[in-house]
Amino acid sequence: MIFKGKTFLFGDDIDTDAIIPARYLNTSDPDELKKHCMEDADPQFPSRVENGDVIVAGKNFGCGSSREHAPIAIKASGVSCVIASSFARIFFRNSFNMGLPIFESDQASAEILEGDVVEVDASSGMIRDITTGKSYTAKPIPSFMQDLIADGGLIEHIRKTGKI
Amino acid sequence: MGMTIAEKILHAHTDTPEFKPGDIIRVNVDVALANDITAPIAIQAFNKSGLNRIADRNKVVFVLDHFTPNKDIASANQCKMVRDFAREHGITNFFDGGDVGVEHALLPEKGLVLPGDFIIGADSHTCTYGAMGAFATGVGSTDLAAAIMTGQAWMKVPSTMKFTFKGELQPWVGGKDLILYLIGDIGVDGGLYHVLEIDGPTISSLDLSNRLTMSNMAIEAGAKAGIIPADSKTEDYVRPRAKRQYTTYKSDPDAQYVSLKEYNCGNIEPQVAFPHLPENTRGISDVGEVLIDQVVIGSCTNGRIEDLRIAANILNGKKVARGLRCIVLPATPEIFINAEDEGLIKIFLESGAIIGPPTCGPCLGGHMGILAQGEKALATTNRNFVGRMGDTKSEVYLSGPAVAAASAVTGKISSPQEVM
Ligand code: SF4
Repeated sequence: MIFKGKTFLFGDDIDTDAIIPARYLNTSDPDELKKHCMEDADPQFPSRVENGDVIVAGKNFGCGSSREHAPIAIKASGVSCVIASSFARIFFRNSFNMGLPIFESDQASAEILEGDVVEVDASSGMIRDITTGKSYTAKPIPSFMQDLIADGGLIEHIRKTGKI
Repeated sequence: MGMTIAEKILHAHTDTPEFKPGDIIRVNVDVALANDITAPIAIQAFNKSGLNRIADRNKVVFVLDHFTPNKDIASANQCKMVRDFAREHGITNFFDGGDVGVEHALLPEKGLVLPGDFIIGADSHTCTYGAMGAFATGVGSTDLAAAIMTGQAWMKVPSTMKFTFKGELQPWVGGKDLILYLIGDIGVDGGLYHVLEIDGPTISSLDLSNRLTMSNMAIEAGAKAGIIPADSKTEDYVRPRAKRQYTTYKSDPDAQYVSLKEYNCGNIEPQVAFPHLPENTRGISDVGEVLIDQVVIGSCTNGRIEDLRIAANILNGKKVARGLRCIVLPATPEIFINAEDEGLIKIFLESGAIIGPPTCGPCLGGHMGILAQGEKALATTNRNFVGRMGDTKSEVYLSGPAVAAASAVTGKISSPQEVM
């Protein structure tokens, strides 16, 4: 799987209230949630994001609440994957459980600029910034979690194997 | 090699005989919890799977506490979905209507979470139950659906960081101040992927309520769990409530920790976290002049009877500052009844405070106390992210109940010593 898109840059400790504010959590409808994705961090995001685009953030992305509305909103808005130097742990597991690809790389997080076009090879974890020509390698993903992504998320995985 | 409490609990709940930090294991779940925000997504995942299988309906707990009593049509529909599912599948631990309390105050009170348990909840503050010597951690709705169906969860084995608190507590200092101090020290990602084990003579001297407050905010340091060893106080609390067996664990003397830290409580004054992260903490004497529009006393962090007693003691015979809204939300119906019996509700009402029902309400900016643009609130809750309690240009400061009550009287963030 290859992802390609322009980047939106965010800082450190982007919390789930910034990704999707709690005031919109009276629904779990992806089409409703995507209208407010990232709006407290960047009000322009919902109108500017296009299919395939990539979120690049600093450390501890997705900290705070356990709400799966956060990865749902990101996926629904068309974002193909998220690159950060680290992820908050519940957001991390939610992403794998739901099949939102995420990649950890300190260097990519530090060097990629807003609006760069990047290409990410999900299987190898290779991140290429086409705008600058630089390449980065994301941290390897444990094999169990690769299985989850290959099966299309945790529920599909259970359906296939009969267990977690 | 010795094991930590976290490792012992995982060991007792998995078929994997040997594991080390970083390994991924399957763990048997004692309690799987969700609320009116996260259960609907878990139910959708459950329905989509087509498996229609519940591993053990007695291990599932649903609490409709966030946007209830239903604040609007959309949240009413979400609650109805959970209610219908609970009825159809015979979920025994379903809390609705007048049975609702804020989940993490309610479950310990009802004896549903016990020492030695492995608990997951589709709510990040599930880590609260670590205060009872359990391994409790927040997960997403899909994890929860999987646990409902299979009775299991996948878990990356964490390593443990140890924190030892020593020394006498200063006046007006409680569990909230200690945990804010710790988060201020290590930062909001200081515990990322780790378990915090919190121990020491000062912790032994704290009651369960203060310990629950501390474990509640382990997630605010990014941690997977915040475990306090169970002792005789834990057992005194648990024994009359538990309806099943439980086990208490202690870490071995030669257990492996990734880090060890010691705090001397003699140096810790009441803490305040400034916007917009819980790590932006300052001692009360360094706060300066911060005028506030609202005080919120409640939530799973500090909405227990012990917190209300502290607040009422300060507000007794005094008036809430003119122009300030002071909102008190007893966290469960039992707490509300006790507060009434002890005369605390009367004290709050006479002081000019507003009493709300047991609900999360303004803690997550849901309803019942939303901030306007430019307003500032001091809350006994656990998060002060941008927009957490209302407008994105409002501000939330965090403190314990003593500073919150004192500030309600003065109209600015104040030490209890100023009014007592
Ligand atoms: S009181 Fe606040 S932190 Fe606690 S469960 Fe409710 S919304 Fe979450």
